[in-house]
Order: sequence, then structure tokens, then C-alpha cells
Amino acid sequence: MTDKTAITLNINGKDYAIEVEPRRTLADAIREDCGQTGTHIGCEHGVCGACTVIVDGAPVRSCLMFAAQADGKTIRTVEGLADGDRLHPMQQAFMDNHGLQCGFCTPGFLMLAVGVLEREPNISDEDLIDVLSSNLCRCTGYQNIIKSVRAAAQEMRK
Amino acid sequence: MKPAPFVRHVPRTLDEALKILTDVAGEDGRVLAGGQSLVPIMAFRLAKPAHLVDINEVEGLDKIADDGKTLTIGARVRHAAFHQPVTANPLGALLSYVARHIAHYPIRMRGTFCGSLAHADPSSEWCLTSATLGAVMVAKSVKGTRDIKAAEFFDGIMSTNLKEDELLAEMRLPLLPADAKFGFYEFSRRAGDFAMAASLVTYRLDGGKIVDARVGLGGAEASPRRIPEAEAELNGKAPSDAAFRAAGEAASAAIEPLEDHQTDAAYRRDLVKVVVRRALEHSLT
Repeated sequence: MTDKTAITLNINGKDYAIEVEPRRTLADAIREDCGQTGTHIGCEHGVCGACTVIVDGAPVRSCLMFAAQADGKTIRTVEGLADGDRLHPMQQAFMDNHGLQCGFCTPGFLMLAVGVLEREPNISDEDLIDVLSSNLCRCTGYQNIIKSVRAAAQEMRK
Repeated sequence: MKPAPFVRHVPRTLDEALKILTDVAGEDGRVLAGGQSLVPIMAFRLAKPAHLVDINEVEGLDKIADDGKTLTIGARVRHAAFHQPVTANPLGALLSYVARHIAHYPIRMRGTFCGSLAHADPSSEWCLTSATLGAVMVAKSVKGTRDIKAAEFFDGIMSTNLKEDELLAEMRLPLLPADAKFGFYEFSRRAGDFAMAASLVTYRLDGGKIVDARVGLGGAEASPRRIPEAEAELNGKAPSDAAFRAAGEAASAAIEPLEDHQTDAAYRRDLVKVVVRRALEHSLT
């Protein structure tokens, strides 16, 4: 029915028992129902990539999935990247290489890059550029983002 | 930018999915596969389906099978499945090369091959591939199974001959000859954007001459199709810049170009010359 149904979203290892309408996007459920506001929403139609999260190991646009479709799946968001006070190599690389300015697109870029590098650790620099063309950044330009991800890729391969 | 309310159905078997689809077909029921085209359209409220039959949990729809003659691709096989060749036949390398031009990596993680065909965007790489290689679409409903040839499947912009109660359950592509060559080129203004024109070509060489040429064109007309006038310029000739240019010219002259606010017919005709030639040049690399 269009009525709310009970689902459980597992985000960064924690279960969130929520009730959602079928039309509730995963992006909205993560933010509004589970309070995990690190995932940002930009365009809401799959173009900008700000809402990218990792679902069962695959980096996906969470605005193009319905929350109910992620019931029982393993979701990772930017909040789950750091290990306590220790930043994930990707986060550290974005800091070290000035890979962000306003930061709005950053959670999406981090989850995209981490998601792809975990699947394809030895991806070429050229293919990484193609991957990073998936997401939009409107302030830094892309050179420092590319630099950050290449630096993190080397760190993650160690 | 939020979809309108709908009822979501989550069948576990194909039979269950077909039954539900029949039940909701009259009430604007739609199939939801990867959702990478349908969900944006719903967010814009250009589509407001009352029912979605979500096939993501249906068992058996993610099959890719090579029986030595054809490659069968199930309804829920995602674009990313083709990042690496799925068969040692040249078709595997062809699909892998084409797949990398589809939208972006995260979209390819969710979007499906058959979903692209059912959506029938004129610029779709998989629609072009299906039309060029002579795919057969397998439509299923509670009434039975219908095989539809690619040339009869596409019916204009975002329109197909699928009936409301039919699910595109799988599609079949003929394997290529072992010595087949292929080339692909598409033009879009931004990486990952919709192709304004794209061409896929295949052929074999017999004594240094082109035989069995197939020249497919997408994005330029309402539906992707083979362009026989361009193929005629190639068959029997050795691959050469002159032959490739002649094929581009023939394709350009043969089409009824799409026009939109960015590109008029003359621009698209010029573009078609170039994409056909570049696809042919790619076949030599």
C-alpha cells in the first residue's frame, strides 16, 4: 500500500527500525528518519552524486533508491568512514590536498571514491578520472579532488 | 522533487511478478528494475505510476548465459556486470567497451540492460547495441512469451512494442564470428551525458575486404537502427579513410535527424558523419 511499512536500515553497523512510505527515497530516510545528515542531497534526480552511499558494497545514488529497497541491506555513509578519531585515508587525503572548499559535495565524493577503490584497488589513474566525473563539485574545481583520490588510492593499496 | 505516492509490489518469483503486472497494468502499473531512469522521471513528476512492480527481489532474473550461439541477458542484469567481458567471444569485449560509456559508475551499479531497452531512450547505448546486432527481446506475461526482434521492438522516442502487462524478461544477442571486428564512438557534451549521436559498427575481413558490415546509429533519430546505405559503402572494400568517410556521408544523408533546442537537423547530420567515421576508425585500433 501507499501506507507506511516497517523496515530496518543498517547504517554503519547500527540498525534503525523506521516506518516509511514506499516513495521515501533512501537519501531522505538516511537523513530524516535515521538522523544521519552527513549524506547530502543536491539534485534529487541522480545527476550530482552528493547523496552517494555504499549499499552492499556498491557506490550508488541514494536519491534513486527507495528506502524500502534497502531494507536489510548494509549501508555505509560518510559517518562510518573514520575509525574513532582516526580519519579514513580518503578523508585525510582530501584534507592534505585541499580536496574541498565548501564541503557540500564531499561526502558524496568520499563514498564514491572509497566504494570504487574497495571494489577495484588497482584502478588506473585514467579510469579514476572517469569515475570522478560521476559527481559534481561547484567550488574547488576537480584537480584537487583528483589529487586527493589518487593519494588516498596509494595509501589504501598499502 | 519527491515522487508521487505509489503502491510498491515486491514479487519473489517471475510468475508472481507477471500476475501482479497483469493486475495493475490498467492502473498505470510500471516495472521498477534499476530505477536510474524511472526514479528521476518520477521525481520530476513526469511519471506518476500508481503501482510499481519491483523486480529487484525476483529470483533468476540476473542470469547471463552463453550457449555458444547466443548470449542471454536477464531482466535484472546491471550495466556494471559488463565492466569485464562476460564471454570470450568478441561480443564480450564489445559489450565491455560500450558499457563504459553508459552514464556514470554509480548509475551502472544499479541500472539494468533490459531496463534501458524498455525505457527506449534514443541515445541509449544498449538500444543501439541491440538494434545493430539484431537482438531478440523476450517479453513475458501471464498469457505467454513473445519474441520481438529489435527492429520491431523500438517504436520511437521512449516507446516500444511491449504491452502494458508484459515484462521484458530477458534479451538475446547473437554471438559474433570469432574474427569479427567492432568499433564504437559516441559524442556527448559532458562525460556520462546522453549521446547526441553514437555509432556501433561490426564487420569481418575476407581477403582484406570488409564483409557483413553492420553500421548502427543511435541518438540521431527517434529509434536506433542499422543504416544499410552506410553498410553498402563498406562491403567489398578494404578499410580505408575514403571508405569510412563515404559510410559517414551515406549515413548522414540517410537519416531523419532528431531536432531539439540544442541541436538542429543540420548539426546532427554533420555529427553523424563524424561519429560513423570515428566508430569505423576505432575498429582498427
